[in-house]
Amino acid sequence: MSNPLHGLWALTDRELKKWYKAPVVLIVTLIQPIVWLAFFGKSMNMTSIFTNGSVNIPGLNIPKQVIDQIAQAYLKSTFGTTDYFSFLAASMVAQITFFTAMNSGMSIVWDRRLGVLGKLLTTPVPRGSIIMGKVLNSVIRSLAQATIVLLIAVLLGMKFNTKLTPLEFALSIIGVYAALTLLSLGFSSLYLTLALRSTNWQSQMAIINLLNMPLMFASNSFYPIKMMPWWLRPVAYVNPLTYVNDVTRGLLLGVSSFSVPMDFLYLTIFAVVFSAIGIVLSWRFLSEA
Amino acid sequence: MPLDSAIKAINLTKRYGPILAVDHINFDVKYGEVFGFLGPNGAGKTTTIKMLTTVTRPTEGTALVNGYDIVKQPAKVRESIGVVPQEYTSDEDLTGWENLMLIASLYGIPKKEAKERAVELLNLVELSHAADRKVETYSGGMRRRLEIAMGLINKPKILFLDEPTLGLDAQTRAAIWSYVYRLKEQLGTTIFVTTHYLEEADQYCDRIAIIDHGKILAMGTPRDLKESIGGDVVSIQVAGNPESAVKVLQSVDGLSDVRVVEGYVRFKVKDGSRAAPVIFDILSKAGVRVMSISIKEPSMDEVFMEYTGHSLREEWGSREEAMAMRRIINTARR
Repeated sequence: MSNPLHGLWALTDRELKKWYKAPVVLIVTLIQPIVWLAFFGKSMNMTSIFTNGSVNIPGLNIPKQVIDQIAQAYLKSTFGTTDYFSFLAASMVAQITFFTAMNSGMSIVWDRRLGVLGKLLTTPVPRGSIIMGKVLNSVIRSLAQATIVLLIAVLLGMKFNTKLTPLEFALSIIGVYAALTLLSLGFSSLYLTLALRSTNWQSQMAIINLLNMPLMFASNSFYPIKMMPWWLRPVAYVNPLTYVNDVTRGLLLGVSSFSVPMDFLYLTIFAVVFSAIGIVLSWRFLSEA
Repeated sequence: MPLDSAIKAINLTKRYGPILAVDHINFDVKYGEVFGFLGPNGAGKTTTIKMLTTVTRPTEGTALVNGYDIVKQPAKVRESIGVVPQEYTSDEDLTGWENLMLIASLYGIPKKEAKERAVELLNLVELSHAADRKVETYSGGMRRRLEIAMGLINKPKILFLDEPTLGLDAQTRAAIWSYVYRLKEQLGTTIFVTTHYLEEADQYCDRIAIIDHGKILAMGTPRDLKESIGGDVVSIQVAGNPESAVKVLQSVDGLSDVRVVEGYVRFKVKDGSRAAPVIFDILSKAGVRVMSISIKEPSMDEVFMEYTGHSLREEWGSREEAMAMRRIINTARR
């Protein structure tokens, strides 16, 4: 047995081939964040609600300038920025990473059903590599897709922190990618672990749909945590999506509710814990079919 | 360490809840032989292969495969074997070539060497022309051949084939067996094969174990097994009264079950073609004129019936197996 990483890369490459050889899959996965950006982000745009209307309250004669000033102040205090579209767009990179990770769980169910997994288990490849190959695939896909989403967001009008120098901007992008990598490692491992013993893709789909919306809405993706009712806040505080969004907004928009190093600390723990669980359980459970 | 057995199963047992899928079986497979596991679906054949190939851990007992313990040294076992599972296991979205290269990487074979072997193997299974096509476009026979090539990429000492001909037509089945035979002849690969086709076991296996309800009921060469149930059936037509011939033959050693059936004198004897001239002499000396002799080997069907008490029917053991079968048939039909 030569280099154990050899097998890991071969397994990752196998998954990636399916993706870059089938552009349809790539396009379909991009649709959801683009719909959020273009449809939701452009229509349900908080900024235009507060600044574009000509509000006239009878009896009070408030100048438009004053209303705008008040609106700007409210926006700033709620979202940390007056540009709601950029606030939303920043969360979309985490969103697509999260969706990609969820779907990676499906691939092991299919591998089991189609017999591919049975074959892999008869080879000397480490069991952990079978899982980590899928996780890595998910990470690479996510970063590529996040890049596309970010580009589309810019085309649609996303604005970055203007105070950043080109070098700072480049470092910020690397930081965002690092956060996305950690998110993807954690979530892909989690979903793959849930799917380890499953032969039923329907139950796997059910799990995905069960967690998909709640995790999205119980994060700071669309609104800040302070707008949530008290009982939802604890969920948002443990939700890793919250921390990735905070990193993205902190680095790209200059708007951060926590501190970026703290975000990274939390995300690192999340990634390490779930990857470790995934690897350990794959040794334990993949064998006993 | 010199080894005489390619596979040595010692009280190998697998229990699924209350069901004993494999019940304390013991057997030896010699290097270089084709060893067949014959039994109906659900008899424990696939479970045995899964244990021997380290996919499933035995509940009790163990086995030595190429001298390595399947429980204690699974990684060593995996390196020395090739496996062709019952289901199609290649990745349909990849080409035949990509599938071979993937499996080669998992065995840690350097790229250059892997490429050379893939070319050789594709030649061996006559798939060179389809190497760059996606596997989803392959026919059932082609897929099975690719599976065999995948099972051989690491030059295994021992190749495990689980129902290699399931769901294929007669012609393709014969072709698959001719590849298997070539492996044995050209590469000296030891082959462990399961099947529920009696004729295949009879025709292609050096030795057979008959397995039913997780137990091995009989083991030996096809010839030994057939002889063990009393040997060949010989029918003799004589001029005159057959009863007088019966009287003569009843006192001859080695013959059994001598009687008249539909005007013919019928008896069982080991190795009928060698016994026939002797019988002819004995009858001539006793003054009985022989008109014709026919010798019939007992079929594996009778052997199976003798040991298991039932004939080998197509019955599906588990839902899992039925599903696997359906998948294979669906793919084979395309």
